[in-house]
Amino acid sequence: MKFGVIVFPGSNCDHDAFYAVSHNLGQEAEFIWHDSHTLGDVDAVILPGGFAYGDYLRCGAIAKFSPVMSAVREFAAAGGLVLGICNGFQILVEAGLLPGALIRNRGLKFICREVRLHVATVNSPFTNAAQKGQVLRMPIAHGEGCYFADQRTLDELETEDRVLFRYLGNPNGSLNDIAGILNRERNVMGMMPHPERASEPLLGSSDGLTVFQSVLEAVVKA
Amino acid sequence: MTAHPPELIAQHQLTSSEYRKIVDILGREPSYTELGIFSVMWSEHCSYKSSRLHLKKLPTRGRLVVQGPGENAGIIDIGGGYVIAFKIESHNHPSFIEPFQGAATGVGGILRDIFTMGARPIAVLDSLRFGRLDDTENGPRNRRILGGVVAGIAHYGNCFGVPTVGGETIFEPCYDGNNLVNVFALGVCKKEEIFYAKAAGVGNPVIYVGARTGRDGIHGASMASAEFTEESKQKRPNVQVGDPFMEKLLLEACLEAMHTGAIVGIQDMGAAGLTCSTCEMGSRGEVGIEIELDRVPQRESGMTPYEIMLSESQERMLLVAAKGREEEVFRVFRKWGLEAVEIGAVTGDGKLRVRHHGEVVAEIPNRELADEAPLYDRPYTHPPRGGLIPDYPSTKLQRTLPAMLGAPDICSKRWIWEQYDTQVRTNTVAGPERTDAAIIRIKETGTSIAMSLDGNGRYSYLSPREGAKLAVAECCRNLSTVGARPVAATNCLNFGNPERPEIMAQLVEAIEGIAEACTFFETPITGGNVSLYNETLGEGIYPTPVLGIVGTLKTAEPVTIPFKNAGRKVMLLGGIGDCDDTRFGGTQYAKEFIHELWGLPPALDMEYERRVQFAIRKIIAEGLAESAHDVSDGGLAVALAECSFGPGEIGALIDLNSDLRPEMLAYHEGPSRILISTEYPNKVAAIAGKYEIDAPVVGVTIEKGLEIRQRTITLGAWEIAALKTAYTQAFESYV
Repeated sequence: MKFGVIVFPGSNCDHDAFYAVSHNLGQEAEFIWHDSHTLGDVDAVILPGGFAYGDYLRCGAIAKFSPVMSAVREFAAAGGLVLGICNGFQILVEAGLLPGALIRNRGLKFICREVRLHVATVNSPFTNAAQKGQVLRMPIAHGEGCYFADQRTLDELETEDRVLFRYLGNPNGSLNDIAGILNRERNVMGMMPHPERASEPLLGSSDGLTVFQSVLEAVVKA
Repeated sequence: MTAHPPELIAQHQLTSSEYRKIVDILGREPSYTELGIFSVMWSEHCSYKSSRLHLKKLPTRGRLVVQGPGENAGIIDIGGGYVIAFKIESHNHPSFIEPFQGAATGVGGILRDIFTMGARPIAVLDSLRFGRLDDTENGPRNRRILGGVVAGIAHYGNCFGVPTVGGETIFEPCYDGNNLVNVFALGVCKKEEIFYAKAAGVGNPVIYVGARTGRDGIHGASMASAEFTEESKQKRPNVQVGDPFMEKLLLEACLEAMHTGAIVGIQDMGAAGLTCSTCEMGSRGEVGIEIELDRVPQRESGMTPYEIMLSESQERMLLVAAKGREEEVFRVFRKWGLEAVEIGAVTGDGKLRVRHHGEVVAEIPNRELADEAPLYDRPYTHPPRGGLIPDYPSTKLQRTLPAMLGAPDICSKRWIWEQYDTQVRTNTVAGPERTDAAIIRIKETGTSIAMSLDGNGRYSYLSPREGAKLAVAECCRNLSTVGARPVAATNCLNFGNPERPEIMAQLVEAIEGIAEACTFFETPITGGNVSLYNETLGEGIYPTPVLGIVGTLKTAEPVTIPFKNAGRKVMLLGGIGDCDDTRFGGTQYAKEFIHELWGLPPALDMEYERRVQFAIRKIIAEGLAESAHDVSDGGLAVALAECSFGPGEIGALIDLNSDLRPEMLAYHEGPSRILISTEYPNKVAAIAGKYEIDAPVVGVTIEKGLEIRQRTITLGAWEIAALKTAYTQAFESYV
């Protein structure tokens, strides 16, 4: 299969995501520049981490207006798989493809550390290769990763089984310990932790590969 | 032109003899703009006029050295067609005035030095010194500076996308009025894709790229000028404001533009901005450069030539392109949304010619300006020494070890490094506090780079020469402890006022010490930075030479600090070591419990040190060590505790066969010692025998506890959990 990795000015985990899905997962990958109006023939698209447009104004607030985002919207509407990692999650939230908001961490500081994630649902193309309740180790690296939403949204996420991952030992104050969520159609996901940084044993964990493997299985099956 | 009044010359920190030299070079009085240009190029910061004479003593050549001092960064061949570029720089004064932006722009500056060479930055380390956090008078300010510096480094590095993977943080009263922020950066590129800051080809266009020029940072090195205050009616801050997003775009655009093949030479605009980049590129290429300031993108209106030439606005680069291929360069910068403007051309007359509204406002020979700055052989006497040997009482290890582990210098700095992105670019094999040296793998070659920053102001105060040698030795030892072979070094020399002979003596001795040790350990100096005048109200800092040394190793799972399994033998490569009252070396213990600094630093036998390092590398290479950690600040007891803080909380039962006084035994900081745990003590002993070093088995690893005995008598016994709490939670209570 082929992954597309979007490059916004200021993306800085683009090469990491590319390396994880190409070198570690062994699939095709290509970069997609932010002013592109199409995603080409990719099977899934990754919005990588970083500081798109410097994250000025608000994380993801400017990136949502870039030309490629209309292509992402169309791709998502057509059922394409969209993964937002860290800054990518923030952008998807700003773009309205996922509900809620990501606000300053509880301690008001940037935090980079390994966290343990509880897989809250395996009913998704991003976690189908995991076991429900499985605990995955991967790092976070963000200053604004505290998931926030109104009660109705939280209730919806919970009742519709749209929480993908929860923190064990909540590092940033996220409501309901939420680390990753799905859209209603379950083809768009956002997560603050970095699966691409946990995709080989040398770097301390390969648990993150589970996410990419799930996508691969979902695409191959479809 | 008429002569400038002496006050104006003095304000530009030029002496009357320096001014006469300027008149000689020009054959006339300098214009006001020229006066400003000379003053920054001939400042201590840019010209190294006090240190140059002595810096020549440093070894700069080696088999792997591709580029030594004199460029934006040093370059080392790591094989497989790749090179690494690295350098350390200080941003001490700006970080004291405005901690957040001062530190942030310090990171920005060194990153530009790396990618100017064509190398993509892949690691940053920081060596930080602050005043004491718990001081009643200065504590609040020191805590504010610490918080600002850390946040500034995090802000810039995290956004730019370079992992900050290691460093050191020390607190001493002497840094109260003068903290140190030394930033090391390292990048990688293909050997045939190195770029140099050299102009060439008469008629080639000179192109300005990046952020617009503003009035910020004018005279970053010195002061506000007469005109500056008169015309702008307010003193602009001398500290610049960094924009890491702009820098990230510059990085990507510059690397992409370099790939077009249309770039001849490139240099960042750092200290002394447009002035430095134009005359240095011209001087290196033995050509002239002519620019028209009207074309320089400006953030503010009405800027004078003086202001434009001296501005230190951040995130700007100057490049020379091949004539006729400008459009290829412009296209790349347009893609990244950056301004790129042709502001002049390379000429054949060797002069820096600056026009404003078409009129020549400065015309100076490049070589004289860039390379013939005054050189001073400043008088030096003897460095001051520490006090007399105090009569100090014995203490109980049981009580002192937890306190030592919670001391600001020793305790875990997790609070600091968790604010840094330590992993972006997915190359971090070992980040902070996992190993003695940070390890970054190079994806393209299968090799990894180990890096360490070390400097010990206390040792250097007691003996600048020995302190410098000890810093080199420890840096190399840190690399060897992860199995890396040290290959090259960079240094940052932080000292007080060189016009004081005893301070100059510290500088001279430290440089000579570094020269001797770097020659011995075959780690040539490929670049670095000198920061002088680090004093406030006549109080100098400890002389603080900081070494950054890099080593290479095969990419593999690292051997980390913590003990892994119970029942393993604990061996002390190098032996227990020796000390006495004059060379106690337990400076950390003395600082915490005796409140004195005296005598000489611990004795270093470089021959022996080298054999210990050969041995540990061999032991690591043969897979014989389950854990490895060198003994440094705080001595053996602290090192043993640090080895016990792994997830499994495996400690050790240690019995030391020694006559030393217990606190000396536990806390002396003798070099050339490395603790390992191993399943194969006989094989380790055989290697130690081959290299003729002591390697006693000092104990065995056990679960949950640490106990230290001296000839079967227990000095202290602790639950690991309690020690770990003291070690991990102390720092948050200080900040």
